[in-house]
Parts: sequence; C-alpha cells; structure tokens
Amino acid sequence: MAKAPKSKKSPAKSPTEDTDFVLHSLQDTLEKDRRYKASDEQLQHFYEQMLLIRRFEERAGQLYGLGLIGGFCHLYIGQEAVAVGLQSALTEGLDSVITGYRDHGHMLAYGIDPKVIMAELTGREAGISKGKGGSMHMFSTEHKFYGGHGIVGAQVSLGGGLALAHQYNNDGGLCLAYFGDGAANQGQVYETFNMAALWNLPIVFVVENNQYAMGTAVKRSSAETEFYRRGTAFRIPGMKVNGMDVLEVRQAAEIAFKHVREGKGPVLMECETYRYRGHSMSDPAKYRTREEVQDIREHKDPIEGLKKFMIENGSKEDDLKAIDKDIRKVVSEAADFAESSPEPEASELYTDVLVEEY
Amino acid sequence: MAIELKMPALSPTMEEGTLAKWLKSEGDEIVAGDIIAEIETDKATMEFEAVDEGTLGKIMVEEGTEGVKVGTVIAMLAGEGEDASDIEAPAATDEVEDVEGEGKDVGREESAAEITKPKPKADVRDPDVPEGTSYTSTSVREALRDAMAEEMRRDERVFVMGEEVAEYQGAYKVTQGLLDEFGPKRVIDTPITEYGFAGIGTGAAMGGLRPIVEFMTFNFAMQAIDHIINSAAKTNYMSGGQMRCPVVFRGPNGAASRVGAQHSQNYGPWYASVPGLIVIAPYDSADAKGLMKAAIRSEDPVVFLENELVYGRSFDVPDMDDYVLPIGKARIMREGSDVTIVAYSIAVGLALEAAEELAGEGIDAEVIDLRTLRPLDRETVLASLAKTNRLVIAEEGWPTCSIASEIIAICMEDGFDHLDAPVTRVCDEDVPLPYAANLEKLALIDTPRIVKAAKKVCYRD
Repeated sequence: MAKAPKSKKSPAKSPTEDTDFVLHSLQDTLEKDRRYKASDEQLQHFYEQMLLIRRFEERAGQLYGLGLIGGFCHLYIGQEAVAVGLQSALTEGLDSVITGYRDHGHMLAYGIDPKVIMAELTGREAGISKGKGGSMHMFSTEHKFYGGHGIVGAQVSLGGGLALAHQYNNDGGLCLAYFGDGAANQGQVYETFNMAALWNLPIVFVVENNQYAMGTAVKRSSAETEFYRRGTAFRIPGMKVNGMDVLEVRQAAEIAFKHVREGKGPVLMECETYRYRGHSMSDPAKYRTREEVQDIREHKDPIEGLKKFMIENGSKEDDLKAIDKDIRKVVSEAADFAESSPEPEASELYTDVLVEEY
Repeated sequence: MAIELKMPALSPTMEEGTLAKWLKSEGDEIVAGDIIAEIETDKATMEFEAVDEGTLGKIMVEEGTEGVKVGTVIAMLAGEGEDASDIEAPAATDEVEDVEGEGKDVGREESAAEITKPKPKADVRDPDVPEGTSYTSTSVREALRDAMAEEMRRDERVFVMGEEVAEYQGAYKVTQGLLDEFGPKRVIDTPITEYGFAGIGTGAAMGGLRPIVEFMTFNFAMQAIDHIINSAAKTNYMSGGQMRCPVVFRGPNGAASRVGAQHSQNYGPWYASVPGLIVIAPYDSADAKGLMKAAIRSEDPVVFLENELVYGRSFDVPDMDDYVLPIGKARIMREGSDVTIVAYSIAVGLALEAAEELAGEGIDAEVIDLRTLRPLDRETVLASLAKTNRLVIAEEGWPTCSIASEIIAICMEDGFDHLDAPVTRVCDEDVPLPYAANLEKLALIDTPRIVKAAKKVCYRD
C-alpha cells in the first residue's frame, strides 16, 4: 500500500551509517535474555499442550499403522515447543495462524478439540472438515486458524493476505505464518517477503527448520542454511531461536510480536527444531542415522527439557505423571471417537463445492 | 493390560509386507521409540517403532514371514506389572467385511442417502429493464471500471490489486480513475510478482476481504495458477464449507493482436474444468458490468476473463442504479430457427456478424452468448438445439479440450434426439499463435469460417 516514504527507504548509506535498519536488533534483544519467565501455571500449560501434541501424534501414527488413517500423514513429534511457544503468545480471537501440511500440532496448540482433529484424520463426518480435507487440510475459522495447506510454500503468500486483511481492517492483529526449511526455497516465499516489507504488513514468518526437507538435509538443499538471514535482502529483521526450548520460543515470540504490533513490519524467525518421525508415514529414513535421532531425543527433547526445568523449580514428578495419564485418556477418547464416528453421508459429495447456488 | 502389536501400514498403498527381522526378543524391555522389528514393504525396508512401553511377550509372527496382512497381530506387549510369559494370544476374531463406502470395522447401517448433485436454480432471468429506461453507449473498459467503482462504493471490503492498477491507471486503463476516488489503501499497485500477489489476494479473501486481483493479462496468471486452483477453488470444499474465498481474478484473456504465442491464449477451458471456480467471459458492455458486479458480490472465487480487443468497443448499458446479472445464465443474443451458434467473449461478435450474413442467404441463425463458462448453462443450449436441431460452436481458442468440446459432449449426451446434423466447432487453429500477420490471420477464427460451418450443418454448402 502506498504510504508516505519511510526513512528506511532513503538513499543507500554505508552499512555503518544505516542505523535505522533493524536487521539485528531483535536478535540482540533475544540474546540479552533468552528465556521467558513463565508462571507455574503457564509452565504447566506448556507442558500439557506439548504432551498432548506428542501423545496425539503417537496415536495418529498408530491409527495410520492400523489402516484407519490413509494417504499422507505428517507428524509433529519433536517440534512441539515451536507451536506451543509461539501460539501461547498470540491474542486469542484477534491474530491469525496459517501453516503447511504438518498441521496437527498447531491446531492442538490452539485448543481445538482433539476429537474433531482425529476424526478428520480418519475421514469421518464429525471431522473438522467433515472428512473432506484430511490430515493436510484442516481449518478453524472460529479460532482464526486458516489451514492446513498441502502445497509447499503456498501458506506464506496466503499468510501475507491474512496480514493484509489485518492491516486493511486496522484491527491490531497479526498473522503467524509457519513454513519449513523445504518451503523456504520456494520462490513465492520471497515474493511475499518483498511485498510484506514493502507494505509493512503485520506478519511473523516462522521457518520451522527441522533439518530435512523430506529426505534432503538442509545443507544439501540450501545455499544459505541460516534461514533467519534470508530476509536481509528485503530488510526484514531475523531471529534465530532454539525451537527445542518452549521458553526460548515464547520469549522470541514476545519480542517479535511486539515489533510487529508497533507497526514496524514483518519479522523472520527461524526455529531450529527436529522431527523424530519420517517426513510422512512412508519414509524409510535412509537419509539420517538412528544415532542422530536418538541423540536429539536424549539430549534436546523439548518435553523432557521442560519437565526437568519444572522439577528443578519445585514441580513433583508424580504430578507430572498424573498430567500424562490425563492426556493419554483424552487422546484415547479422541481415537475412540475417530474410530467409531460414521463416515460422511454420500450426499456430502457435492456439498461445499460452491457457497452459492447459481 | 496387554497391548497387541499389529502389522503396521507403512505407506499409503501398503496392504501386506514381509516381517524381515525381529530386533527384540520375547522378554525384552521396550520403551517408546525402540525399534522392534524391520518390515519390508513394496518400496523399502522400514523400521517398526514402539509407541508404548512394556515387556515384549509372545511373538506371533516369526521373522522372514512374507505376505503379513496389515493389522495382523504380530506380537504382544505386557504392560507394567504384568508377566509377559502369561500373555495369551488373542482369540482370532472374524474379519469384518469391508463394505465399499462404509467405514471398515465400524459396522454402522448403510446410509440411505443418495448422491445429490445440486440442480441449477430455476427461473433465473436477467433483471427487467423498466420501460422508458435510457441507455448510455459505454465501452467495455468503462463498464468494467464502473462496476468495480460501484461495488467499491457499496462495500468497504472491496479493493483492487495488481500491476499498474493505481498510479498508471491500469495497463489497459480498466482501473482508470479508481485511485483518485478510493485512494492507495483500496487501489494497490503490486510489484511484478503474480504468484505472490495472487496468494496475497486469496489470503485476504480468506481473511474476510473482497479482493479484485487484476492480471495484466491471463497469460501471466499461469505463474499464479496454483493459488487460483489449489488455494482459491478448493479451500471451501476441503474445509467442509468453513473457509470461503470471495476473490475475483480478472484481466484480458485470449489473443490480442500481433503479440505472438506467449501473450495470446484463451484460458477459458482451463479454468472452466475446475470445480470450485466460477468462470465468466462476457462480450458486451452491459454484460461486462452486470456480471462484474455479480462476481464481486459472489461468495465464491471467480475467474473473470475479459478481452483486450473488445475493451474499446461501445455498447448500450441501461441507466439503472444497480444492474446486476445472474451468474450461470446464457443470453440469447439473436433469435433464430434454423441453426444455433453458441459463442462467448470476442467470438460472440463474429457469430452475430455470421448470423447477419446467413440471414442474407435465407438461413435464420440463433446466437447464444454463454457469458458464464462455469457453471455452464446447459438448459439454454439444449432448448435452442431442440428448436433449431443444428448447432455450431464458435470459440476463439484452441479446439482440443475446449468449451466447444464440452458443448458437443452436452449435445451428444442430452440432445442427441434433437440433432439433425453433427455438432460442429469453429475454433482457432491448433498451433501456438504465430506473429506474422498473414499466419496470425490464418490461425484465428473469423466470420467466414462460422458462416461456412453453419451452412454445412444446414446442408446448404
């Protein structure tokens, strides 16, 4: 949108003179204090949510194995801290979220009923998309969750549009647009960076760098493997965040969201994370060693990490066990619901193709 | 409680596999994440990972067993406090028959619901133009601009974005004056970045706005076709009706003049083949205005195909406050009884010329302007065929897999008994459009070819 020229668009200066260019400022702020000071209640909430995602995804993997879930099914196990850390910092009912096909975790982090998500995975009428979307295509406009998109990178431009709507309506909201290290090499991502910076859109781009684009390691696919630097050409400040630590992710979210809400334009955040499972279900995992996966699990697991922190800070192991037990029950109920719900009626085949009748 | 470990499906197509190797033995402690076995599928050898904790009880399927069906119990896992050696294999249960269309193992009653394809709305007609209404000669270009301006006045959510739409006043001057009236917030110049701004426009529609995305020409929309089809057209369906996408993609389509193959193509058939899209291709100014207003108001994504060569032509537009036309309804441009000529966009003008010429030879042709390519107004086409019994389609575009092909299929399926001659299509030649003036002329549809085809189906050649 044409706006009065901003000072940052003044003629090129030497890097040392270019002081209003905030490329590093957010990272500097993060490095001063990396961890969010969560209340006990917040800590417990993060723990519950991450555990819910973990147990839900484990169960989804199981149901897939039993043939109850078909097609593609991309699990979020290992990446839980990213969605939970970021989404816990959003303003409910105002901000919007959009992501790619690895979307179950983001929906659960939003508090969407696990039953309707699981029922969508099993392709049942009670699913959140009436069984017509499946694992990769789930939405909840009620929660301002805009999908769930199957085309790698498409959600980045669509997210730009959601941000444009926030700006157009002047509602003070922002859009959180997630994509992976694989999608980060799509051209439309950079087309969107350009327009988002040009128009000062309220958007936080989040690269969930889980190290592998399907089976291709980051260093085999990307000339610049430090994804947070990739906004530089568009004057978008970058942040590099440990995506295995929910408190660091939350802290980064606070810094990035504040920047965006102050009208300073987009932020590019790279969350370094790791997916334990295959890209989708049919992944022979020959591109990495078992030891590599095991090492991350043992030393960097986001849930174990938070658990340790909570115990050091006075939480009781038994209480945390009780949480796990409750969550297993919730997930079991979701799975039972998803298995026992009926498939969609045949008459649903032709509904929702168009909104209106012509 | 003991847990059954079942043969997993490790790919979308796997139905059975080989249990290649057990990596754990009976009595071994298992923690979640342990690799218990290796399983060979048709594609690869995969690791079978434990989800639950416990002690491996009885192994029911020996390693090396081939053709193990997905879902077969391959081992038992004892939970906390259970003795693994006590675990018995589960009694075999009768396999539940998989009824097609029913959830396997769900066992619900078969649904009596029938597949109901929506029927077109009945009795939809163009609005009556009250007697005594004046008309103003308006170019198609101005009619489109007026439609957008009226809708922007009416609805604050409507905005225009695209290359050169604002300060330049439109590459083809269709958005002339909009920036002055509505300002830069609602008339947005984009960089040359079709994929990106088509996505941003689509996302803005998902976010509750009513974007009009202009492509300088539809040739450049091929860079953006992913968002038009995968994002805009499919999302309402995939979301079970939750996520609407009321966006209008508009711009000139079809051959211009002497611009060569990459800038000369009719995308009507491409978009018309996609469920979830509305595709409109008007000919004259009144239809351009009335259908553009309808497109902007529609809750569905619309591809609105204009034609550069028609922009400057002037036609009468009724002076009415709010002239909105129904989407999905063809228009009979000229009534006739001997032969029907079906056309859309620029070919309508050629068809009308052909009808004049045919009248001079004693052939009374009816000319139908489809106006909307999806949903296609089958009823109007078939009713005309029932009257004339002969039909020609005139289309400025390639013949293969065209709107003409579709009309022919409709006539064969539902109008066969009314046909007195084979349905004939008059299209462009099946080549990329050449630059040389003489070759271009040869490649493009023209009036004489339509006249010739009409005479042929009337057995008058």
